[in-house]
Amino acid sequence: MTLDIVQMVLVTVLTAATPLILAGIGELVTERAGVLNLGVEGMMVLGAAAGFAVAMQTGSTGLGALGGAGAGVLLAALFGVLTVGLAANQVASGLALTILGLGLSGLVGASYVGLKREPAPHLSLPGLTDLPGIGRLFFGQDAFVYAALALVVGVWWFLGRTRAGLMLRAVGDDHTATHALGVKVRKVRFLAVLFGGACAGLAGAYLSLAYTPFWAPAMTAGRGWIALALVVFASWRPFRVAAGALLFGGATVLQLHAQAAGLGLPGQLLSAMPYLATILALVLLSLGRRRGGSPGPAALGQVFTPSR
Amino acid sequence: MRLDLIPRARRSPWFDALTPVLAFALAVMIGGIAVSALGVAPSDAFLTYFVAPLSEVWSIQEVALKAAPLALIATGLAFCYRAGLWNIGAEGQYVVGGLAGGIVAIAAHGMEGFTLWVLPAMLVAGTLAGLAYAMIPALLKVRLGVSEILTSLMLVYVAQLLLDYMVRGPLRDPKGYNFPQSVSFDPFARLPYLTEGESLHAGVLVAALALALAALVLARTLFGFEVRLVGTSPRAARFAGFSQSRLTLAVFAISGGAAGLAGILEVAGRIGQLQPEISPGYGFTAIIVAFLGRLSPPGILIAAFVIALTTIGGENAQIDLKLPLDLTRAFQGLLLGLVLGADVIARCHVRLVPGGKTALPEAR
Repeated sequence: MTLDIVQMVLVTVLTAATPLILAGIGELVTERAGVLNLGVEGMMVLGAAAGFAVAMQTGSTGLGALGGAGAGVLLAALFGVLTVGLAANQVASGLALTILGLGLSGLVGASYVGLKREPAPHLSLPGLTDLPGIGRLFFGQDAFVYAALALVVGVWWFLGRTRAGLMLRAVGDDHTATHALGVKVRKVRFLAVLFGGACAGLAGAYLSLAYTPFWAPAMTAGRGWIALALVVFASWRPFRVAAGALLFGGATVLQLHAQAAGLGLPGQLLSAMPYLATILALVLLSLGRRRGGSPGPAALGQVFTPSR
Repeated sequence: MRLDLIPRARRSPWFDALTPVLAFALAVMIGGIAVSALGVAPSDAFLTYFVAPLSEVWSIQEVALKAAPLALIATGLAFCYRAGLWNIGAEGQYVVGGLAGGIVAIAAHGMEGFTLWVLPAMLVAGTLAGLAYAMIPALLKVRLGVSEILTSLMLVYVAQLLLDYMVRGPLRDPKGYNFPQSVSFDPFARLPYLTEGESLHAGVLVAALALALAALVLARTLFGFEVRLVGTSPRAARFAGFSQSRLTLAVFAISGGAAGLAGILEVAGRIGQLQPEISPGYGFTAIIVAFLGRLSPPGILIAAFVIALTTIGGENAQIDLKLPLDLTRAFQGLLLGLVLGADVIARCHVRLVPGGKTALPEAR
C-alpha cells in the first residue's frame, strides 16, 4: 500500500519534470553549439498553443505533438536567421522571441480557450503495467515521458560518442578554430538552434496535450525560463539536466501538497518557491564552481562572422 | 547561396537612424498581412493603430501617460545594456517600487496637518525599493558570478507574488468589502493633474526630468563614458582601470531606481491605490523600447511614443475592429526582432553570394 503511494508521488514528480527535461535538453544542445537562446519560454508557449490547435483539428495527439514541435522549429528558425545569419545580439533576440511567442500563442489559441481533450494515452502493457509498486511508474507513462528520457540518452550519446557531436561541441567552444578546420560553424549552430526549438515546442505540446489537456494563455508560467536555469545548473550535461528537472519536479509537487495541506503559509510564498529555488540553485552551483567545476561552452553567446 | 557579413570600418549615423525606421516599416507590412488574414482591411487597422490615437486631445494624453513609464524604464535599462549587462527584471523592480511607495501612502492615510512630505517620500521610497531590488541580481553577479539574466527574471515572479500577498493580506482595505485592494490614497498622496479635468499628471514631468538627467549623464560625464566604453570595448575599459564590479552595481542601481520610480509614479498617478496588478507589462515592453531607441535617450523617447501608440491603438482595435490584444504583443515582439536584424545593415556590408559555398578561410 505504502509502495503505491510512493509510486503515485514519483509518477507526479516525473510528469512535472518532463516538460523541463524536454525544453532543457533542447536548450542544452543549442548552448553546447555556442548559442544562447533565451526564447525557450516563447517557443514553448507557442508549441503548447499550436500543439493543442492541431490536435483539436485532426483529433490526433501524435500530430498535435508534431505541430507543437514544428511551431517551435519555426520560431527557432527566425531566431537562427537573426543571431546566426545576421549576427544579431543573442540576448535581445531571445527576449524578442519570447514576446513574439507569447503574442502568437494568444492568436493561435484564441478560439480554443475553454476546450478540453482527452489526455495523451498512457502505455498499457498487460501484466507489466499492473505490477504493484513499480508498474505504473515504469510501464504506464505517456509517449512524451518516454520520448523525453530517450532524448536525454540520445543527446548524451550524440554529444559524447559521435563525431558530429564532437564537432558541435567544438563549434561551441572555439568557433574561430573550428572554422579554420573547415567546419561550417553557422550551419552547425543553425541546426542546433532548430533542435532546441523542436524540443521546446514539444515540451509546450506536452503541457497542453498531456499534463493539463487544455490550452490557457501563458500556460507555461515561466517553465521555459526554469529550463534555461536548469541547463546552467546541470553544467551543460544531459543526465544532470534530467536529474535537475526531477529535483525541480519534486519541489513543485511538494509545493502543491503543502498548499493543499494548508500549512498556514501564504499561498503566494509557496507559489514563489520554484523561482526562489532556482535562484538558490544557481547560487549554490556557483559556490560549488569556485571549487573547480566545469564552466559553460567557451563561445556561448558570442556572435560569429566568418572571416573571408 | 552564401551570406557574407563584412564589418564596416565605421558606423554611419544615417544608417543608425534609418535601420529602426526600416524595421518598423517592415513590421507594419507584415502586421498588415496578418490583419487581412484576420479579415480586417489593413488600411482600417493602420488608421486605428497609428492615427486615431493622435486625433484627439484625451487620447494623445493617454499615449503620453503610457510613454512616460516606458521611456523612464527603458532609459535606465539602456545603461545596463550598453555596459553589456542584462537586467531583464525591470518589471519586478517596477512592482516593488510601486509597492514600497504605496506603503508610505497607506501609512500616511487619514493624516491631518502637514502632509506635504508624503508625496516626495513616496517617490523616494519607490525609487530606493526598485534600486535595492535590482541590487540582488547585481550583487549575486559581482560576488558569485551568477547569471544576472536568470536571477533578475525570476525575481519578477517573486515581486508580483509579494504584491499579490500584500494587497490581499496586510494592506487590504478593511472597509473594502474584501476586495483585494488597499485604501484609496488621500489627495495629498496623489500626483497632481497638470490641467484641471484632464488625465495628464505630474508624473509625466518627473519622468521627463529623469530622462533629461540620464541623457546628460550618459553623454557628458566620465561615468557615462565608462558605461559606453565597457560596452564597446571591455578590454580598453580594463586597461583604463575601470572596475567592472563597481560599474555593474551602478548600472543596476540606475535601472532599478528608474523602474521603481516608474512604478510609484503609476501608482500615485493613474491608479491611486495598490491592487494585485499595477503594470500592464511596462517592464518587459521597456526592453523593446530600449532597443528600438538604439539605447540612446532621444531614440528611446521616440520609441516609447511609438510603442505607446501601438498599445493604445491595440486597445482601440480590440473594441472597434475586434482584433485580439495579442496581435499587439506579437507585433511588438516582431518589431524588436526586426530592429535587431536590421541593425546588421548599420554594422556590416551584407552580401548574398549566389551559388557560393562557404569559403574556406584563406591563409594569412
